[in-house]
Amino acid sequence: MLNQYLILSAVLFSIGTLGVFVRRNLITILLSIEIMLNAVNLTFVAAGRAYGAVDGQIIVFFVMTVAAAEAAVGLAIVIALFRHRASLDPDAFTSLKW
Amino acid sequence: MLPDQILFYVLGALAVGASLLVIGQKNPIHSVLWLIASFAGLSGLYILLDAPFVAVIQIIIYAGAIMVLFLFVVMLLNAGHEDTGEDEARPVSVHRSAIRFGALLSGVLVVELVWALVSAGTLGGVFGSTATLPPAVSSVRTIGRALFTDYAFAFEVTSILILVAMVGAVVLARREATHPAQATDTGARLPGPAEPALRVEVGDEQAERVF
Repeated sequence: MLNQYLILSAVLFSIGTLGVFVRRNLITILLSIEIMLNAVNLTFVAAGRAYGAVDGQIIVFFVMTVAAAEAAVGLAIVIALFRHRASLDPDAFTSLKW
Repeated sequence: MLPDQILFYVLGALAVGASLLVIGQKNPIHSVLWLIASFAGLSGLYILLDAPFVAVIQIIIYAGAIMVLFLFVVMLLNAGHEDTGEDEARPVSVHRSAIRFGALLSGVLVVELVWALVSAGTLGGVFGSTATLPPAVSSVRTIGRALFTDYAFAFEVTSILILVAMVGAVVLARREATHPAQATDTGARLPGPAEPALRVEVGDEQAERVF
């Protein structure tokens, strides 16, 4: 029964990858990264349940912390970029210096 | 069919459907709200996996804190819709083919992952059979004991990570002062010519705010 959690997690991770590839909005791309992180979290919890270990849930705690840090820094970068170009399209930021 | 199975399929369908709607919405605010629905489905799945503590912090931290941060930024930038990109210099066909290539890549990814899992399942499953499932570890006491003994170093490093991320976010989102004299009175300062001012609509009046 726990194997179907892995398949669900694979589907969710692919949805996140699809969002990163096809969307052209920086905020939606960050949201897709959150979907991928949650898919990995589901894998960790399922593995922890399968082995009867507490480590899976603790790793999820750390992943959530990293996700919070990533969201804070990523959104700060988005705000700084939006100040320069007034756009959220990642194709608008192709030059390193302007 | 067992009630656990039915709940798994309902919650899994909720998570997958809401995630698909996240990347299908034009409006980023709707994307954020659908992602909260996806997190709710995942939280139910965590309860099914005998991890109620993870389910609760999924709601509190993810849906409560991180998504509110996203909502703040979406509303701060006033980006209600995605740029269509038709006024760009590059042709639209390049964009279309890039999207098709990305969709193809993620389709290949899901086929690979599911194929790997199913082929592992024919060999007895990744996790073995369900009959020999060990007892669940779901008490917060056990989690806390492991977190503050075995994982104490990682826990402290996490606090440093949060501190660095906070300082980094403040430094990145701070507006750069062009002159030291102007840096002191940011409140009453008019927008300079080099920095485009953002228009933030507050209710009926349109306040021009520089941030």
